[in-house]
Amino acid sequence: MGDKLYSFVGKYPIWVILVCITVMVFSGAGAQKLVFKNDYRVFFGEENPQLTAFESMQKIYNKTDNVAFIVVPKDGNVFSAEHLETLKSLTKASWQVPFSTRVDSITNFQYTFAEEDDMIVEDLVMRTDRLSAMDLERIKQVALSEPLLVNKIIAKGGHVSVVNVTVQLPGIDPLTETPQVAESVRAIKAKYLAENPETQVMLSGMIMMNTSFTESALSDNATLIPLMFLVVIITIGLLLRTITGTVATVLIIIMSIVTTMGLAGWLGFYLTGPSASAPTMILTLAVADCVHILTSMFYEMRQGADKRTAIARSIKINFQPIFLTSITTAIGFMSMNFSDSPPFRDLGNLVAIGVMLAFVFSVTIFPALLTVLPVRVKAKPENKKDSMAKLADFVIGNRKALLITTSVFILLSASFIPKNELNDDFVKYFDKSVPYRAATDYMQEHLSGMMAVEISVKTGTASGINDPQYLNAVSDFTDWLRDRPETDHVNTITDTLKRLNKNMHGDDPAWYKLPDSQELSAQYLLLYEMSLPYGLDLNNQLNVDKSSSRVVATFKNMTSNQLINIESEMRKWFSENAPQYDVDFASPSLMFAHIGKRNITSMLVGTTLALVLISLLLGFALKNVKFGFISLLPNLIPAAIAFGLWGLYSGQVGLGLSVVIGMTLGIVVDDTVHFLSKYIHAKREKKASTYEAVHYAFDNVGRALWITTFVLVAGFSVLAQSSFRMNAEMGLLTAVTIFVALVVDFLFLPPLLMAIEKNKNKKQQALKTNALESSTSSS
Amino acid sequence: MLNKKLVFATLSSLILGFTSLTANAMTAEEQKGLEISLESKKKDEGWADSSADMLMILKNKQGQESIREIKMKSLEIMNDGDKSLTIFNKPRDVKGTAFLSFSHPVEADEQWLFLPALKRVKRISSRNKSGPFMGSEFAFEDLSSFEVEKYTYKYLGDEAANGEMSFKVEQYPVDENSGYTRRIVWIDQSEYRVQKIEFYDRKNTLLKTLTFSDYKQYLDKHWRADVQHMVNHQSGKSTELKWSNYQFKTGLKDSDFNRNSLKRAR
Repeated sequence: MGDKLYSFVGKYPIWVILVCITVMVFSGAGAQKLVFKNDYRVFFGEENPQLTAFESMQKIYNKTDNVAFIVVPKDGNVFSAEHLETLKSLTKASWQVPFSTRVDSITNFQYTFAEEDDMIVEDLVMRTDRLSAMDLERIKQVALSEPLLVNKIIAKGGHVSVVNVTVQLPGIDPLTETPQVAESVRAIKAKYLAENPETQVMLSGMIMMNTSFTESALSDNATLIPLMFLVVIITIGLLLRTITGTVATVLIIIMSIVTTMGLAGWLGFYLTGPSASAPTMILTLAVADCVHILTSMFYEMRQGADKRTAIARSIKINFQPIFLTSITTAIGFMSMNFSDSPPFRDLGNLVAIGVMLAFVFSVTIFPALLTVLPVRVKAKPENKKDSMAKLADFVIGNRKALLITTSVFILLSASFIPKNELNDDFVKYFDKSVPYRAATDYMQEHLSGMMAVEISVKTGTASGINDPQYLNAVSDFTDWLRDRPETDHVNTITDTLKRLNKNMHGDDPAWYKLPDSQELSAQYLLLYEMSLPYGLDLNNQLNVDKSSSRVVATFKNMTSNQLINIESEMRKWFSENAPQYDVDFASPSLMFAHIGKRNITSMLVGTTLALVLISLLLGFALKNVKFGFISLLPNLIPAAIAFGLWGLYSGQVGLGLSVVIGMTLGIVVDDTVHFLSKYIHAKREKKASTYEAVHYAFDNVGRALWITTFVLVAGFSVLAQSSFRMNAEMGLLTAVTIFVALVVDFLFLPPLLMAIEKNKNKKQQALKTNALESSTSSS
Repeated sequence: MLNKKLVFATLSSLILGFTSLTANAMTAEEQKGLEISLESKKKDEGWADSSADMLMILKNKQGQESIREIKMKSLEIMNDGDKSLTIFNKPRDVKGTAFLSFSHPVEADEQWLFLPALKRVKRISSRNKSGPFMGSEFAFEDLSSFEVEKYTYKYLGDEAANGEMSFKVEQYPVDENSGYTRRIVWIDQSEYRVQKIEFYDRKNTLLKTLTFSDYKQYLDKHWRADVQHMVNHQSGKSTELKWSNYQFKTGLKDSDFNRNSLKRAR
């Protein structure tokens, strides 16, 4: 196959180059169709139960996409006439945000109070021009004792407040809607800061998070990809010392990326945080093919072959191995199709396509380019007894000690795997350099964060929420929630009703309790609802026929497991205390809390399938069932060690990391393939002893493995610099896994082979061992 | 007495002067817009009083429905806004609740609500005019009587609406408490009936569309639509009003529209 291919490529190099470039240009045109989906919902498949629950809740009540302006006054006091005035103007300006349907702040809070026999409903801060010290004190006192406001809109200490803008994106042109909102709120923030230079304003909320997904990915691609190219150029330039080779490699990489992303566009893929890292990954993986071809070619040329012959031989030798390694890598990435999260399926498929394209390009346009471009080889003295040979001697010499030490290390590392805990906190998907993360951390610290659960309590009968029994149940549930240490805030209609009851009784605090008849509740609510201005209605708490109400609980930052526990405790509360009501729980936090577990379960299936496929391929390629089984160990151990180390280092495993095993499997397998195939080759063809065969494998592929591992580790370490933590951690753990794989292949696999093979025919090898050991010691 | 006359004279001359001043400053489109609206108001004058039953059907995005049953009585007031009394029948738990409203051309409307469970009448602030009426997609200001002085106008052109050739007029609310920057109204050229209204919110984006259909003529003069359909484009919710049992000149008096009458309304 390799022969025939190069005889054609060598004859018509220009044509091959032209055809490949044409393919790239036509596919690449599809890249214009690629768009970035800036919505956290893309992480969930359409059939995801938590997403379905959340979407139906959003249709019943109002949507909760929002932007929060976190405003820190210069003197640490929200309640000064001057600051309240600025808040009032910020609130007014916020109504101008595109798609805004509601704005909540302390100034427009619908304050109710009794005046003579009337109930007055008005903005808590009506006018700011004549606020006396007494007025300010009253506003402060009202705001800081209002359960709807404290921890949500105003900090307990009264030193920070939030202006919360609810937006309802029409979803007609989703790609421009979120950026439009972000642009508008940033302009408002800039204007506010210009007018109030000593205050501080930060932006949080779902819209800002969605914006950050795009911005993070774009800035990543602007910094990480060039950085990665630099790493490639330096590595190949330094290690192989060739300008043409470097140029050709860079070209293959660019073509692989452009063609893949172009095809993605034609095929209707869209970009998301994870799938936007596809170019970086393809870049890293595409290098290996070129390195193998270049290494063999230069070896041949140094041996005196002319350029064309050298290229032809290199393609002949490498065609099968790089095809095999490309296929296994692609299979590994395709295991991501089992992921519950569509962006990871896309990432897997994109990288799989890219890797296969890189293979095609490295055996077509790559040799064609090398044929056309000038290549010179400096006669470099080959010092054959290089570091690899020394390493081989060391490994053979200390095989027993190594086998024991590495086994202990492997078991020890693996024992830390249980230290890992599932956690998907979407705020922490961004590192602290991302403004959204900093803003949300601040909000979390001073008010409450974004860890929320929406609870819809349904009666099934129209006006059912006015039933005193229902209201008491919801109120008891609220009290139960508020007593829990992890609860920051609970928004419930029962607070409003208690306040109204108090207002209707001349603001007598003793009447701060639920009305005792259905009619009273209904009529209080009617009176209140009829007094509310545009955008401040109760539609976000009550459904259309008042048969259900929504309670929103905001919690302190916690792990996915803790949140899932709270969810089941809430369910338990209802089944024990109010089983007559149908209750739904939903929120983005819950969606993310569940996806880690769901994803790991489904990825286990995918990874197992990939493992079986890859092992079959290996057994086939190595023509030996036994080695097929032995290869399982070095293929699986790296991930075990990496996750063990991760348990020690961080212990937080989320969506991004749950795909790493499948993904790295296809890559680490390459090392094993190369090492074992050389080992078997030596044993079968050269009738070498086990020790000689190990030595032969080290001599022949040690250096190539070292170089490709270096490039891969460097590449994924670059990805680890991403400000999008999901990608960064995925990069870091992959880099660690790949590095560990090399160490395992060098230090664990050979002693293991020697131990197994020794038992088989001890006597036969005894002589040879002595001979080899004496030669080793003499060198 | 003399003083009062003097004040009145001064005031009216001032107002006249002001009106002519603004009239002079008006463009042809503004003038035409105003004239169409004046004509529309004038064509319906003289209905004296009316009563009708209303079915209010609320729908959310999910398609869930909620129905309110309401009786509405209105009294025509010359040279001021009309008075209206709204009595709720359903939902059951607000049965007997009655809402009284005195609409005014320029000043804030006056509003009271009678709560039978409390047996008391409560005043409602008029700042709510932009707020939803009974949780529907109709704001208070969408339901209160049309008074020419509530808006300034601009004629935009002729356009068909509901199959009727109409004047397309833009209206700008005078009251700053209004929830709208503007409304675009289609008034048919044959009978000067409102066929369609588009509402633009405070950030000047399309918020709602109200369509009138099944117009019927009463007393050979007054046209009333049996169906009013309001769609909120931003939330996907909608409200339909279905009117029936229209009666005119039933002999309602001013004394049927005060705080005391609220309690015995039914």
